Amino acid sequence: MPASIEFRGVSVAGILHDLDLRIGAGEAVAFIGRSGAGKTTSLRLINGLATPTRGDVIIDGAAVTDFIPLRRRTGYIIQGSGLFPHRTVYENVATLPRLLKWDETKTREEATKLLDRLGLPAAQFAGRYPRSLSGGEQQRVGIARAIVARPGILLCDEPFGALDPIVRRELQDSFTAIREERNATIVFVTHDLAEAMRVAERVVVFDGGRIVADTPARELPRHDAPAVRALVAAASLPA
Amino acid sequence: MTTILRATGEHVVIVVVAVVIAIAIGVPLGIWAARRARAGGAALRVVDAIQTIPSLALFGFLIPIPFIGGIGMRTAIVALILYSLLPVVRNTVTGIRGVEPAVREAGVAMGFTPRQLLFEVELPLAMPSIVAGIRIATVTAIGVATIAAAIGGGGLGTLIFRGVAMVDSKLILAGALPAAALALVADVVMSAIERRLIR
Repeated sequence: MPASIEFRGVSVAGILHDLDLRIGAGEAVAFIGRSGAGKTTSLRLINGLATPTRGDVIIDGAAVTDFIPLRRRTGYIIQGSGLFPHRTVYENVATLPRLLKWDETKTREEATKLLDRLGLPAAQFAGRYPRSLSGGEQQRVGIARAIVARPGILLCDEPFGALDPIVRRELQDSFTAIREERNATIVFVTHDLAEAMRVAERVVVFDGGRIVADTPARELPRHDAPAVRALVAAASLPA
Repeated sequence: MTTILRATGEHVVIVVVAVVIAIAIGVPLGIWAARRARAGGAALRVVDAIQTIPSLALFGFLIPIPFIGGIGMRTAIVALILYSLLPVVRNTVTGIRGVEPAVREAGVAMGFTPRQLLFEVELPLAMPSIVAGIRIATVTAIGVATIAAAIGGGGLGTLIFRGVAMVDSKLILAGALPAAALALVADVVMSAIERRLIR
């Protein structure tokens, strides 16, 4: 079940200032902004990897007191994948189902289906170790690992930032296709405007630890906030 | 021949007991030290300092200490434990601290408890480094254990000391060669384990 996320007057000393934001259950929102704008910290507040100095982060109407159960129903995809190097592709993907005590048949079924779906046929990839995969393949495994247990929230922190443009585009396409099938609230941090518009329907623009724009993705290019205009200008190709 | 075998057996017992106890103390100590920058640093300096004491002097220091000291195998084992601690503790710290932050964070973000993170991510990834520490500790202990004979600890050192006293090279070799062979075998076996653990 997708979960709603709400920031109420949230500050993190020196990084975020009095943030108010509501993300409805099932929405796909991109956080965009320059480096240091506060977008990654905001994302990390959702699963408790960062702690607010003031204010509350509310998930499904309640402040979180124990992050471990929340994290188990929250997918997290990061740049460089963070795969466990001592575990095979299959074991990486099976991590959360095993924590959740799924039976092995169901785990295998789901993991295999998902790996196939992401272009990594299980027969060929399941037994391999992460170091034998390309960056793009590792990131696909990272996606599979994050969504296999059908999380209610999916947090993505510049997941495709380190990939070459072609692989990046392929992964964005896989991601959006899978997004349609999986019912989750998505928060996607990126500094790439085109990527934000491709993966999300709503874009929140951060600058200096504050939200300077919150707009439907398709209206972003016409937004008149200076920070947005600067991003749009930087993203456009030379004439 | 029986004397050599008996001495070798004693030697192996002293070393194995000492290294096993050093692992039982050193690995948890290393895990603890890896998580606390200041206290961990202090703990490492203490085990470092023990390592700088010449082995014969360490055996000497232990003799007058009640309960753990005196003449015999027990004192030898205590000294070897102290000697073996440094490589075990230091390599545990290095191994745990060497876990890539993104990998550790992925574990936390998936909802691992601190205990699960330790046993499922940190320790398996630190294992090659820990085993390397145990290998160094074992090989060093095999060498240092020959000196244990000086305080009546038994082992292959007994033959060496007797050979030196009697100026009998054969007797010295009867102690030295098996000791060297033991060290080589330990090194080869543990290096193989280490290589298997590195993925």
